Formats: sequence, C-alpha cells, structure tokens
Amino acid sequence: MSKRPPELAVEGLTKVFPGTRALDDLSMSVEPGEVHAVLGENGAGKTTLLMILSGVYAPDSGRVLVRGEEVSFARAQDAQAAGIGTVFQEFSLVGRLTVAENVFASHLPTRWLGVLDRRRMAREARELLRTLGSELRPDRSVASLDVGERQLVEIAKALSLRASVLLLDEPTSALSAEEAATLFEVLRRLREQGIAIVFVSHRLAEVFEIADRITVLRDGRLVDTRRRDEITPDDAVRLMVGRELSVLYPGRTEETGPARLEVRGLRSGPVGPVDLVVHAGEIVGVAGLRGSGRSRLVRAIVGAERRDAGEILVDGSAVRIDRPWQAVGRGIAFVPAGRMEEALFPRMSLARNLVSTCLGLVTRLGIVRAAAERRLAERLVRRLGVRARDVEQLVQTLSGGNQQKAVLAKWLALEPRVLVVDEPTQGIDVGAKAEIHAILRELAEGGLAVLMISSELPELLGMCDRVLVMANGRVRGALRAEEATEEQVLALAAGTAGEEAA
Amino acid sequence: MTEAVRRLAAFRELVLIMIIVVSGIVMSQLSEFFFTEGNLRSVVIGMVPGAIIAIGMAVLLASGGFDLSVAAVMALCGTICAYLLSEGAPIPLAIVGALLLGALVGSGNGVLVTFLRVNPLVATLGTLLVARGLALVITEGYNISNLPPSFVQLGQEGPLDLPWMVWIMLGLVLLADLALRHTRFLRQVYYMGGNERAARLSGIRVDALRVFTYVFSGTLAGLAGVLLAARLNTAVPTAGQNLELTVIAAAVLGGASLTGGEGTVLGAALGIAFLALLSNALTLLHVSIFWQIVTTGIVLIAAVSLDMLLRRRQA
Ligand SMILES: Nc1ncnc2c1ncn2[C@@H]1O[C@H](COP(=O)(O)OP(=O)(O)OP(=O)(O)O)[C@@H](O)[C@H]1O
Ligand SMILES: [Mg+2]
Repeated sequence: MSKRPPELAVEGLTKVFPGTRALDDLSMSVEPGEVHAVLGENGAGKTTLLMILSGVYAPDSGRVLVRGEEVSFARAQDAQAAGIGTVFQEFSLVGRLTVAENVFASHLPTRWLGVLDRRRMAREARELLRTLGSELRPDRSVASLDVGERQLVEIAKALSLRASVLLLDEPTSALSAEEAATLFEVLRRLREQGIAIVFVSHRLAEVFEIADRITVLRDGRLVDTRRRDEITPDDAVRLMVGRELSVLYPGRTEETGPARLEVRGLRSGPVGPVDLVVHAGEIVGVAGLRGSGRSRLVRAIVGAERRDAGEILVDGSAVRIDRPWQAVGRGIAFVPAGRMEEALFPRMSLARNLVSTCLGLVTRLGIVRAAAERRLAERLVRRLGVRARDVEQLVQTLSGGNQQKAVLAKWLALEPRVLVVDEPTQGIDVGAKAEIHAILRELAEGGLAVLMISSELPELLGMCDRVLVMANGRVRGALRAEEATEEQVLALAAGTAGEEAA
Repeated sequence: MTEAVRRLAAFRELVLIMIIVVSGIVMSQLSEFFFTEGNLRSVVIGMVPGAIIAIGMAVLLASGGFDLSVAAVMALCGTICAYLLSEGAPIPLAIVGALLLGALVGSGNGVLVTFLRVNPLVATLGTLLVARGLALVITEGYNISNLPPSFVQLGQEGPLDLPWMVWIMLGLVLLADLALRHTRFLRQVYYMGGNERAARLSGIRVDALRVFTYVFSGTLAGLAGVLLAARLNTAVPTAGQNLELTVIAAAVLGGASLTGGEGTVLGAALGIAFLALLSNALTLLHVSIFWQIVTTGIVLIAAVSLDMLLRRRQA
C-alpha cells in the first residue's frame, strides 16, 4: 500500500459507559481501497467504534484521524462532511417518509429556489437500489417495508453520500445470501475506486470473502489485526471468544411426537393456501426469497397479520387466533424479525422487557412482585448469556446482539408449546449462536414445536429437521434438512424445481 | 454531572417535592399571608379538580394516549349532576349519572382513537367541543345553583377542617399511584406506551386496554365535575377553561412524556400542586392573571428543556 496516510485511523480510543468500558485504548487504521472487517463478540465494542467514527458519540480519550489529520466530530453531520458514510446497526429511517426521501434525507436534491426535485430523487434512489439488486419502488413508505428491505434502503442511503469512507455495521444480518452477494459486488467496485470500507459482521464466511484485513476486538480492546491470508476462520473465532468453539449445530431429533401445530388452508393476502404441520420435538424451517411470503405466513399463524381463510390447530384441536394475545394464550410464542420495532421496549429496563410476556409468573393477587420479577429476569439473562451491567440496564443501551438475546429470553420465560421465530439469530455472535441453537434443540427435545425463518440457509439446513421452501406465497416443497443441499432449496425457492415431498 | 445528581434527577417526584418546599419557603419570606392556614387551605382545595383529572391523564400519557376533552367533560358532568339534582334526583343517583356520562364520553374517545384510528389530538378536540357545547345547551348558558346541602357538604366540609373532596383526591392519588406502579393490569399501560407493536405481540390486549384508559380518564373528569359543583354550590358550564392544558403541563412536569411509556400519578399530582402554588404566589405578589398564564408556560418550557438536556446526557 501507498506511503500516504491511512484514510481513517484511530489512536488510543477509549469510551466508557456507566458500568462498561466499551472501548479501551483501541488503535487501528483503514487504507483507501481496503475492506477492513471488525470482528468481536456481542458487546465487544464494534458498534461503539463505528458510532465514534460517525460522530454520534464523542470518545472519552484518544484521537480520530482522517487522511492523517486529527478530527473531532461534534455531530453526525460533521462526519458526513468529512466524507464518512455509515450504515448503522439500528435503523435510522423515518417510517412515514418514502424510500427516496429517506435515501436522500441528509442532502435532498433541490431545484431552483430550493424546490424539492422529486423526479431526480426518485430516479437516483431507484438507480442506487438497482445497484444493490433491489427493485424497490422509491415512492413506497418505509413503514411498509420488511426488515431486509429497510436494510437495503439504509445501505442506499449511505451510498448516496458518495463518501470516501464507508462504515457498515452488520449490513447483512437481515439480508439473504443473494442480496449479500450483490452488496459485495458493490463493495468490491467501491474498493476499486479507492473507498475505505469498515465492515462489521458476525457471518464469518462473508468476512473471509470480502475483507482484506481483519481486526478482532474483545471487551473493547484490540486483540489483533491481520491480513486475511494470515488468519483462518477458526483462528478468528478463537481470538474473538478466547477459547475453542464447540459445534455450531446440535444434533437432530430421532423421533418426533404428535402434531403440535397444524395449519390448514391458510390464506392471508397474497399468501396461501398453505398447509403445514409441526410435531412436538420438531424444528421446521421456512425458506424462501424476499417476497416469497414466509414472514407473512408465520405472522398470520400467530395473529399478527390478518388471516383470510384457514384453520389453526394446537395439539389437535382447532383454536381461534385472530389477535396475538389469543396465540399467546394458547402457548404460541412469536419472535418477530425487527427487534426494536416489534419486540422490545427500548426505554425500559432489561428486567421489565423480559417479564413483558409473562407478567403472570411474577404477579400475586394482581400485584407485580418486584423481587420475583428481578429473580426471573436474572435467571433468563443467565440462561441466554445476555451481557448487561445488570437487569436494570435500559434495553436501548445493550449491544445489538444482546438485545436479540433479550428478545429470545422474553419468550422462553413463557414456557411456550409452540415457538415461531423470524430470524432468531440475526446479529448474534458465533459463540452465542451455537448456544442458542443448542437451547432451541433442547427446548424441542422437551416437546416444543419450533417453526423458524432464517435468511441464512446454512443455519436452516443445520438446525432444522425439515425445511419448507416457499415461493410466491405457496409452499413449493418440503425437504429433509439433513439430506437437502442449498442448491435444492434455492431451486425450489426460485420456482425452477417441481414439487418434492419429504 | 455526578452520578448522584443524575440519579436524583431521575427520581422526578423527589425533585418536585424539593422545588415545592423551596418555593414555599421563599414565598413565606415574600408574603406574610402565604403561610397562613386560610391561604394554604384554599390552594389545596383549588387544586382538587386538576389533580383528579391528572390521575387519568398520567395513565393516558403513560399509555401513549392523549386527552384534550377532560376539562369540558368535567364541566358537562358537573352540569348534568346539578341538573339531575335540581330535578329532584337522589344524590347518589345524580353522582353516578355524572360519572357514567364521563365514562361514556371517554369510551367515545377510546373507540375513535382505537378502532377508527383517529389521531387522539383530533378525536379529543372534537369531543371537547361536543361536551362543552352540550353543557351550554343544557343550561342555556346559565349556572345551576342552590344544590342540596348534603351534596354541597362534599366540597365544603370534612374531617380536620378540610372538605371531603380533598380527602377523596388524596385517597385516589395514592391509590392510583400505587396501582400504576405495582399492579399487573396497569403495568401493561407502560408496555403499550413504550412500544405498542411489541406490546401487542407480547400478548397484551392493546385495543381493550386503550379504550379502558380513555374511559378511566373520562370517569375521573366526571368526578372532578361533581366535586367542583359541590364546592361552588353551583354548576358552571364554562368551568375549567384551559384546565386540560394545565393538567397536561403538570403531568409533563411530573415526568410524563408525550411519546408514552413514562410518568407516574404522583408526579402528575405534584405537578398540579406546584402549578397551583405558583399561581397562588403570583396572585399574592399582585401579578396579573394574564402574566400568570405566561409564567406557567415559561416554567413548563424550562422544565421540559432541562429534562431533555439531562436525558441526552444520560444516553
Ligand atoms: N448508550 C450506552 N449506555 C450504556 N452502555 C452502553 C451504551 N452503548 C453501548 N453500551 C455498552 O457498551 C458495550 C459495547 O457495545 P457495542 O454496541 O459497541 O457492542 P458490539 O460489539 O457492537 O456488539 P453486537 O455484536 O452485539 O452489536 C456493551 O456492553 C453495551 O452494553
Ligand atoms: Mg453492534
């Protein structure tokens, strides 16, 4: 690489939150034309680093240098002005505005006298989204988008700045493999143009595909920075967690029990008719491309989305589920995909969040017992390994992965009979992922039925007993996950293979 | 700022009590009339309707809701109560009738907001006009006076030389505060205000709960109307102009947020107490009523801005 100063560098960066040293004397640099991956467990400080680089947080000590010059950002706009564009882990979109308006939020194109140039905005937004492989209409309101689509808009927004430094905090955690591949095409092109890219992800395969250098953080400290060819994925995991990792996926069931959840002739908007069965002890995956209707299907099952026709049976008897509370009453837990939008109460404590599904367990004579609440919360925190100062910490100040663990924890408290999960491990680090897989399997062995959506095909094939593949609102095939290959699933999802049964 | 100060600032009720005590001490220096039994008594009695309405408003704001109609409902219910009494209805019946009317208007608000998805600001502004108008229609704009003596007692006599309405207020504030903090049922209100979609998916019956919060608020407004009529021995159809704004201001001073999920009943009641004290102080200092309105506004803006600043630091 050239002798000129790195595009972006930090020296001795430290950031302390009450009770946590999120960053501790961190130094690293990013060269122009480099993709620099940052790895670390949940809560290691990755997001904190990116927040400082993008001007959201001020460091407690240490320096940030852009092209060799020390900078100090008072606001996020300062960082943008210095040529730093960011895709944040938590979405920063405005739901009521359109896709195009969100993409250009910080620099709306105007015509004469400051009149908004809507046409140009729509055109450029569409072009940006096309480069990301998305045909999203620029005039759609962001509120109507699913998590993956929002992620694409978020990326388009950062790209629209034409920044010289691009910071990406888990941009792919809600994307499918194809969408991620398209994003990488874009990143490669930007790299050739000399853009410096910082890339945070828990998906190691991706990191090793795209990164030139890899920096590993642990507890806010630098563990090591290495060139990609000097490190293997196993090394990376060892550096991250400080120990060897056990298997990523637990075993599968030998035999399953009676049908726990049965869906007959379900229709909801463009989805259906769909029939499916999940047996006690079974983990069934739902695969499909974006727009295949997998989220809509599971949401209709739990009463989160209108159901136009069809029957739902729990343990053999038909149940009425038009509203989520009815599903909860039947022991059906639903973990939605958007943790901040639909699962958590960001400004409440971890403990309050965790008992939100199961107040009954900590209530006597109508009174919520504070001590019981705390005990239950602490038990759940231990079970899922949520990293928090204590159960009184506000959920919005937890790291993204730890928020996701909290979402799962709050449903486990309910001791459900059916667990419906939409992207349960998004943003969760490799070590914790293995633990969550083990917990899911353990619950299934206890007689729980699990219905699971994941955009990560390897996870579906590794975790599930059966995988249903959806396309255009219908189930196109069911595969025994053990024998299925990614190619088979993708062929079904694309609608290029015939029906298959398992 | 140190951790200790930050903690303290988070415990809003304590801060308000301190401010009330300090301004009380300052006032007793500025006006010798301030610290007399008669003056304090009239301040406490004067804050009763506002404090009772503030209970409902605190719950409503915590749930992410909003109600502009409360003061008009108060006037309407007081009027109806007096009307029934003047027509010879027994006292309990007249009171229950007024409370039911409050509940009815509240349920109207609830249905508009919950099922027809009308913005709460617009929905309750509509019911405000309807209620205020009806109160004027029923009375043809006149006050209804000369209520039965045993009814008027509610607002004028009681133990320890304080009228019953004060004891009712104290009891309700205490009870509602504990209930909102500790009962399972009202805990759900915070979840709903914290994130409605998450609350729904967590199995909370959000729609029913939201209607309840409006019914609760409307009923309390009705009670405030009854007590005010008792105190004045008159039902005034134009009573409580702008009281809804004072109550919302008080709730926000007391820690509520218009985005929901926060606030307590005690905080809102203390907010009312503080504003009552402030207006009393300004009166004693011969500040005109018009300037009092300006001052209340400035206090509110200052308090909320300070709150935002502290919160930003915490984040
Ligand atoms: N505003 C805040 N207040 C208090 N603590 C915070 C705040 N923001 C972050 N933290 C803490 O700092 C630590 C680092 O968090 P950070 O979000 O940087 O982790 P991360 O590496 O991005 O994790 P993840 O992979 O889960 O996204 C965590 O322990 C988190 O709880
Ligand atoms: Mg993070």
